[in-house]
Amino acid sequence: MGLTKVQASGLDLSADWNFTGTVTGTPAGGSMTLIKTLTASSSSSLSFVNGSNDVVLDSTYKSYKFVFKNIHPANDSVSFDFNGSADSGSNYNVIKTTTLFRTSHDEADTFTQFGYNSNEDLAQSTSYQHIVYGLGNDNDQCVSGEMFLFNPASTTYVKHFMSNASNYFASNGENQMFVAGYFNTTSAINAIDFKMSSGNIDDGQISLYGIN
Amino acid sequence: MALTIIKPRAVDLSETFNFTGTVTGDNVGGGSLVKISEQTASASSSISFTGIDSTYRTYYFKFINIHGSSTAQFRFNASTDSGSNYNVAKTTTYFVARHDENGSNGQIGYDTGNDLAQGTGEQLLSDNYGADNDASLSGTLWLFNPSSTTYVKHFYSDCQYYQSAVPRTNRTFMAGYGNTTSAINAIRFQMSSGNIDDGTITMYGIA
Repeated sequence: MGLTKVQASGLDLSADWNFTGTVTGTPAGGSMTLIKTLTASSSSSLSFVNGSNDVVLDSTYKSYKFVFKNIHPANDSVSFDFNGSADSGSNYNVIKTTTLFRTSHDEADTFTQFGYNSNEDLAQSTSYQHIVYGLGNDNDQCVSGEMFLFNPASTTYVKHFMSNASNYFASNGENQMFVAGYFNTTSAINAIDFKMSSGNIDDGQISLYGIN
Repeated sequence: MALTIIKPRAVDLSETFNFTGTVTGDNVGGGSLVKISEQTASASSSISFTGIDSTYRTYYFKFINIHGSSTAQFRFNASTDSGSNYNVAKTTTYFVARHDENGSNGQIGYDTGNDLAQGTGEQLLSDNYGADNDASLSGTLWLFNPSSTTYVKHFYSDCQYYQSAVPRTNRTFMAGYGNTTSAINAIRFQMSSGNIDDGTITMYGIA
């Protein structure tokens, strides 16, 4: 049973007190709020749908940030992808035009790369967009990074997004990939889905933050 | 005299209490990203943030749907005299990844025309983009330790915009330094021509 009354001769406000629970209300100056963390466990996808499962993805925040932590695939050499929905997750098929470039360096120090990947971008496509590709499934291989989504509730503008992610690619090396673009719609985006190009997301977390 | 001791017979924790002052501690209100100021454009010739000081080591600007009145570049400059003059010498780099909606021009490259070499003029955050109703720019600009009187002042940006006239997506990366050991205490944003008709710029501090 939780403590509901203080019954003491005095409560010294100059002392340090430990409080548990959740701080609610208007943030005291802070501007980034953790909305939801999803943890993968042989998951076919991880979806953030506004109004579902405590997820907020609407005009409450002007921008949103997804943080990927140790996303580990079941299959080898796969891409970690995302798409948006304008109908609360019934369909993930919003038209997108995107860019993707990367830097690469293998552990054997046999090659480095920096450049645009014209086969991995989208031009007015409803397909899923890669955040990274070539991801390995060795026990220690994974992808971590972040993605911003700006003003998804706008019914005036297209919806911009930008990601930056580091992945341990299948043939052993570092791939940093930069993806950006826009959902080419003036409908509100109210859900985002993440999945592998094949197989499950076996492990990892995706956290959604709201920023005002 | 401030109250330091509560001496009631009982405090009912199910009641609602009003607390004033500043909440401190770990991860209160989202951690150390503190909103300082937010400005919304409305046919604005420029948007300026003054009062930048040593309160925070890092400043972070967020651009949401910056929409110009005409086809123009979105750009910024810095001031060491609280906004009387925006003319700090800067040396910068600028590169862009772009891709057209028809599938062509997927590329990344350095734009020599959009950087500065000790220039006191405005630094571009984007190249020209259109004023179509659904076109805008969103992104971020970091400014590090602007109050230093020892070091030059580093900054970098990461912006994404819709160049509706092509139509094309562009992601621009700009970085550089204000080549001064005077404190930078104001930043101004504007379009290269016309007004900022719509959009929001928020300044955050990070301790």
